[in-house]
Amino acid sequence: MMKSRNLTRRTLRTITALVTLILAPTIFAAAASNYPMEPITPNLRDQPSLQNGWALYMNYCIGCHSLKHQRYERTADDLGIPHEIVLENLVFTGQKIGEQMTTAMDPTLAKQWFGAPPPDLTMVARVRGTEWLYNYLKTFYLDESRPLGANNKIFANVGMPNVLQELQGIQTSECIQMPKIAENGGEMRDPLVPGQVITEERCGQLVLQEGTGLMSAEEFDHAMYDLTNFLYYVGEPSRLERHRIGVYVILFLIILYVLTFLLAREFQKDVKH
Amino acid sequence: MSSSESATGGTNSEPQPSSIETTGFNKQRRYFLIGASAAVGGVGIGFAAVPFVASWSPSAKARALGAPVTLDISKLRPGEMLGPTPAWRGQPIFVVNRQPDALERLEAPNDDLADPDSDNGEMQPEYAQNPWRSKRPEIGVYIGLCTHLGCSPKPFFAVEPEPFDANWQGGFFCPCHGSRFDMAGRVVKGVPAPDNLPVPPYRFVSDTVLIIGEDEGSA
Amino acid sequence: MAEGQEKAAPRTDKGLMGVVNWFDDRFPLMETWNYHMARYWAPKNFNFWYYFGVLSMVVLVIQLLTGLWLTMSYVPSGEGAFASVEYIMRDVEYGWLLRYLHSTGASAFFVVVYLHMFRGMMYGSYRKPRELLWLIGMAIFVALMAEGFFGYLLPWGNMSYWGAQVIVSLVGAIPVIGPDLMEWVRGDFLMSGITLNRFFALHVIALPLVLVMLVFVHIVALHHVGSNNPDGVEIKKNKDANGIPVDGIPFHPYYTIGHDLPAIVMFLILFCLVVFYAPEMGGYFLEKPNFEMADPLKTPDHIAPVWYYTPFYAMLRAATYPLFGIPAKFWGFVVMAGAIVVPAVLPWLDRSPVKSMRYKGMISKAMLGLFVICFFILGYLGTIAPSPEATLLAQICTAIYFAYFVLMPWYTRVEKTKPVPDRVTT
Repeated sequence: MMKSRNLTRRTLRTITALVTLILAPTIFAAAASNYPMEPITPNLRDQPSLQNGWALYMNYCIGCHSLKHQRYERTADDLGIPHEIVLENLVFTGQKIGEQMTTAMDPTLAKQWFGAPPPDLTMVARVRGTEWLYNYLKTFYLDESRPLGANNKIFANVGMPNVLQELQGIQTSECIQMPKIAENGGEMRDPLVPGQVITEERCGQLVLQEGTGLMSAEEFDHAMYDLTNFLYYVGEPSRLERHRIGVYVILFLIILYVLTFLLAREFQKDVKH
Repeated sequence: MSSSESATGGTNSEPQPSSIETTGFNKQRRYFLIGASAAVGGVGIGFAAVPFVASWSPSAKARALGAPVTLDISKLRPGEMLGPTPAWRGQPIFVVNRQPDALERLEAPNDDLADPDSDNGEMQPEYAQNPWRSKRPEIGVYIGLCTHLGCSPKPFFAVEPEPFDANWQGGFFCPCHGSRFDMAGRVVKGVPAPDNLPVPPYRFVSDTVLIIGEDEGSA
Repeated sequence: MAEGQEKAAPRTDKGLMGVVNWFDDRFPLMETWNYHMARYWAPKNFNFWYYFGVLSMVVLVIQLLTGLWLTMSYVPSGEGAFASVEYIMRDVEYGWLLRYLHSTGASAFFVVVYLHMFRGMMYGSYRKPRELLWLIGMAIFVALMAEGFFGYLLPWGNMSYWGAQVIVSLVGAIPVIGPDLMEWVRGDFLMSGITLNRFFALHVIALPLVLVMLVFVHIVALHHVGSNNPDGVEIKKNKDANGIPVDGIPFHPYYTIGHDLPAIVMFLILFCLVVFYAPEMGGYFLEKPNFEMADPLKTPDHIAPVWYYTPFYAMLRAATYPLFGIPAKFWGFVVMAGAIVVPAVLPWLDRSPVKSMRYKGMISKAMLGLFVICFFILGYLGTIAPSPEATLLAQICTAIYFAYFVLMPWYTRVEKTKPVPDRVTT
């Protein structure tokens, strides 16, 4: 008896281990880089945020990265900006309102400069996800070993200069003293000195040099949220409409279901069992 | 229909299956439910057709390509025509510069025309409802597509006998089916075309530059 | 001939019946209607599992309509395909809806077809006299898989590209002729716009035609032999004085309206919930790398086919041993192809005296349960990156998958079955 119970237990343990091992790759695959990601919830109803995001994109990104599937007009209408204001302040290529947001950069030159032409970013939020984008935008740092002088925590050895440095300021990757985290997730404290936090040295931490950028850290976070939010919108501009129409479709079908259900039951009464 | 008939055993005289009992049901309730389901279902099919029908209307791309066109007319000399160019919404546009004698003929009463006073408001914006069918008397802007079956008429501006009209006063002639229009695009009576040549919305940005496709109202 | 017709039962040539009679004199209108609908006697004990045949037809119609409309704006070329999909998503009015209906419809098609097939396996619907009906159904299944495969390349996203690359490379596993055959299928030395064009032609013309014809034949065959039912009882063996099966009820209106109609609406509710609120379905219906244009130089980090192929994909990867001097790659192809077509021989593997799982013995029930579990596990394994443990589990599940079929002649004969009632139960 004992032996067989042991055997069952061992089998169970093997199965658990097997399942864990199989599931493990998916768990780790979700976070390709070890740098902790800050969560983000995009909000398509926040028009000021989307407008600010678009303005940032047109000032800092469109020079290299096109949004070639999306038109100015559609964007202006969805974001609630009058066409003249868009044409005056956001379109730097002399294009018309109905045209697509292409970049003025010559792709052959771009290939010479960066090795590959900068990709179109219309759907980048659908490919990478908003969390990845937001953290990617925030984690550029100074790295003299890279050809363009910049590196990124989320996208290691990225082939792109840090164009946001004038806004964010100079960020570097350092080894610093940080509070030690206990197994339960809380900060560890010295049992002998009340309130004293136990620290340890951690490397690869981003340190921002205050005052070197046009924005404060908080302002920059907001700006990057807006930019991410905008790219989320551009990834699928009809998303809000989809959600809006869906409600009516489902409600209508529920009414139709009730009617057809009653009708079906009415006919089923004819069947003798 | 036949569903309710066979369900009630109404007109079906053929033998009925023994597992079905069609006498004891509440007629009113059943017919109400059939009617209500059919009505709501019909409305549903109507709604479902909307995306299929709407997807055929001009897309954002077509609308962008059909955007207003800017045209420089500084090289357009009196008695000549610019066009058929440029293609606003892919359609040939005629811009004519009429001389004083042509304007006189346009202003004189003419019984040969089907709609001399441009009463059909759909064929031109309000500002072109005048004897010249244009903003400025001498400059006329028309969509160069015959209102019959859509061929593009040709300009015959000289006042001289033509094979198609011995008493030709100058204007447009459509080679496809012989419709004739005067110098303001007004259709002559007794030809296949029913209406005058349409006038697109347009406005002058300066003396010599005009935008076709939008006017003061839409800008 | 005219005389013969005048002698028939008195008929009214007024109103709607007049129109029907006019047609009836020239076309077998009522005869067809009665044969397939009003006087097609269907067993009265259909249950939940009998929804999925009609739902497959509903999805087929959705796919044909939305597909037709998508071709109106889609550009089948290597340069234009990807941009034209985004053109549909952004510039065409309601284009996004048509596209999501079609992409969700593809997954929905496989959901209902898999459930429909499971119903057949559970209630022995493949047994005599329905062997041919089952074979036609298997042909539909294979055609549907091909249709889905060709269609998946059309958005020309990076997952489309590399997914098709992997599957076409399977052809290259065929000994001797493989490499040349692969080039012939692609029409190029790599997947290219040329391949896309022929896949487009197959997806929008050839396979839809084949599918529609097979579905038609499937229904003709069904109405000839009559429907099976959860008890696996032949209702035609028990007829009343008029020759109508005592357990049969008219298909119309008792199944069309009395059974299927609310189910169709309920299906549409679930379908629309996905279309409007989760068209990507967490990356299972529309995969993230497919929002990037096809790039022959850059494979996505992790390649997985769409969910409905993953059970078979997992079996393909499970073959890791070369045998008889033939490389494992070819055996993987054989295992996958075999797994897809092996259900076709079910009518000749099942030796049980009873049809329905309700009256079969414990071994049959356990085997079917294991089969379903393995199918799900394989489906999951096909979506994740391979690891030694995953491959081992996939091999075990593949073995069980095939054991369900190979051992069937044995276990259906030795097990003790329950007595089958004369009439259907309710």
